[in-house]
Amino acid sequence: MATLQTTDGDTGLGKSKWDRVQEMDEFRLLILAKKEFVVPTTVFFIVYYFALPVLVGYAPGFMSRKVFGAVNIAYLFALSQFFVAWGIAFMYVRVARKFDMYGAHILETLKREGYDENQNGKRGL
Amino acid sequence: MHLDMTLVLFLSFIAITLGITAWASRRSGSSASFFAANRSITAWQNGVAVAGDYMSAASFLGIAGLIAFFGYDGFLYSVGWLVAYLTVLLVVAEPLRNAGKYTMADVLAYRLNPRPVRAMASISTLTVSTFYMIAQMIGAGSLVALLLKGSHISFTVAVSGVGILMIVYVVFGGMLATTWVQIIKAVLLIAGTVLLSILVLAHFHFSFPEFFQAISQVTYHAPDGKVIVKDFMTPGLRFKLPYGPLELISLGMALILGTAGLPHILVRFYTVPDAKTARYSVVWAMIIIGSFYIMTTFLGFGAATIVGRDFIAKNGGTNMSAPLLAKVIAGDVFFAFISAIAFATILAVVAGLTISASTSFAHDFWTNVLHNGVERKPGEERTVARIAAFVVGAVSIGIAILLGPTANVAFLVALAFAVAASANLPVIVLSIYWKRFNTAGAVCGLLFGLLGSIILILIGPSIMGMDAATVVGAARHPIQHAPIFPLENPGILSIPIGFAGALLGTFLGARDPNAVQRFEELEVRANTGLGSEKATAH
Repeated sequence: MATLQTTDGDTGLGKSKWDRVQEMDEFRLLILAKKEFVVPTTVFFIVYYFALPVLVGYAPGFMSRKVFGAVNIAYLFALSQFFVAWGIAFMYVRVARKFDMYGAHILETLKREGYDENQNGKRGL
Repeated sequence: MHLDMTLVLFLSFIAITLGITAWASRRSGSSASFFAANRSITAWQNGVAVAGDYMSAASFLGIAGLIAFFGYDGFLYSVGWLVAYLTVLLVVAEPLRNAGKYTMADVLAYRLNPRPVRAMASISTLTVSTFYMIAQMIGAGSLVALLLKGSHISFTVAVSGVGILMIVYVVFGGMLATTWVQIIKAVLLIAGTVLLSILVLAHFHFSFPEFFQAISQVTYHAPDGKVIVKDFMTPGLRFKLPYGPLELISLGMALILGTAGLPHILVRFYTVPDAKTARYSVVWAMIIIGSFYIMTTFLGFGAATIVGRDFIAKNGGTNMSAPLLAKVIAGDVFFAFISAIAFATILAVVAGLTISASTSFAHDFWTNVLHNGVERKPGEERTVARIAAFVVGAVSIGIAILLGPTANVAFLVALAFAVAASANLPVIVLSIYWKRFNTAGAVCGLLFGLLGSIILILIGPSIMGMDAATVVGAARHPIQHAPIFPLENPGILSIPIGFAGALLGTFLGARDPNAVQRFEELEVRANTGLGSEKATAH
């Protein structure tokens, strides 16, 4: 690759690869798509999880109610946490395929424009 | 008889893992190989290794024991331990993989002033790892002391043995050997747990109603000899008012936010080729960890109903619930098998902790703080890490022996989680997601979180309390005074203190245009993998 590595991440094309990606539409879309999934999902799992200690702690009578046989609400709610966590993980894996596609597309565009992906800045690491 | 059997099984585990170490040492030619296993570990392998790193003695022995003694309240621990991985999956794993190289501090140093940030992060990493490690070694020592009661192998010998083995794994095999030790251990642990669960169900004629019926009528004796019948499905046997509910919430916070700040878990994401693999490895880990913690239902309640509190209390206490269940349900050979698995579990976790602590010392402190990020000769960082592993191992052996077999192990692990949640997590999250964040913020966040959690534990009921004159030895509180802070787990207060420190430092510190500029680079890098560390051929 005939690019000149001057300073930190500057490829000699006038603009660093970081700035170039920052201004790409795909990059904005990627960040937006991630936020749209990660923020509400994180809020949901935190609320759902803390509902368990709060209910167990402050409404033990309700939680001790038997549902079938000796099995009570408290145990079923605790068990449901495992399946909810797995469910969220699988949903995330599905949604993240889209993130990977955006990412691959961004790197491709960058390469086409003559930036060298493997040139790292000198600082930081 | 079971003694010989345990020794044979345990020695075969040691032989196999030492073989792996020899194999790995021939392939550990470079730093990327020693610290990050060439970034060549696949998703499922890393998933199993993460699970192996995570399911420590506290899980297998501790949680089973808590359920056996306190029923449902013990099971609440299991839940938090899995859900915590959603934080790892959604918030931390992928940006960390893309932005870092060997340690958690890499991500902070990427956009902030590397020297103060790495120095603080290294102190915090060493603190968390050491507390976690001492707890594991005491666990190993007590297990040996209990199993081999009356034999010539003492607590001191057992602790030293575990310590020396882990030093060998890490010093000679590096991350590659540690990863495979972790994988073998996780497979053994899951196999043992599945077998034990099936045997518990078989005891109840594979009838869930019969099993849960038994759980609703657990019988044991009070200290005064009175017969007690309790429904072990009912919450509140351990976490009682007035502080029980707050204690539960505090514990939950430490788990949910602490896991994503545990250095020995975070470094695992550097062993895979890219962020996508890191993501899949978290999901693999969640499947394994979740299945294991659901099965603690059978281990814990099985021990409560089949073995009984009375018998466990007389034969080694809560931590021996799972091994005793194996003995009662399937005899001495199975008891030996389960005990050997417990050893293997501890050994593997200790190795994982050692490598993350020594990597942080070598990479963050030695190379980047003391020597401006330059290795003075090739392989220096690796040499320093090997020496650090040796020192960390020796120090932990010393402290563990000093504290002795009866020290409160659970409190040391809780301290590790609380420090990780209060010091590490706030700065990791803020440096990945907050543009305005600066060096002063990171240093204050780490400092406040670290001091806040440790001080609250020191003035809490784990350390302070009034004991009757009849309580002697290690069971006595070190400070004979009513606790100033009422909760054992400080998370509910120390985590906000950590975040507050980070915010305060950021706003008091000068605006840092460089940190903002580097944030934009970090954002690109974390989200696209542009310029991230690549896997190397070996």
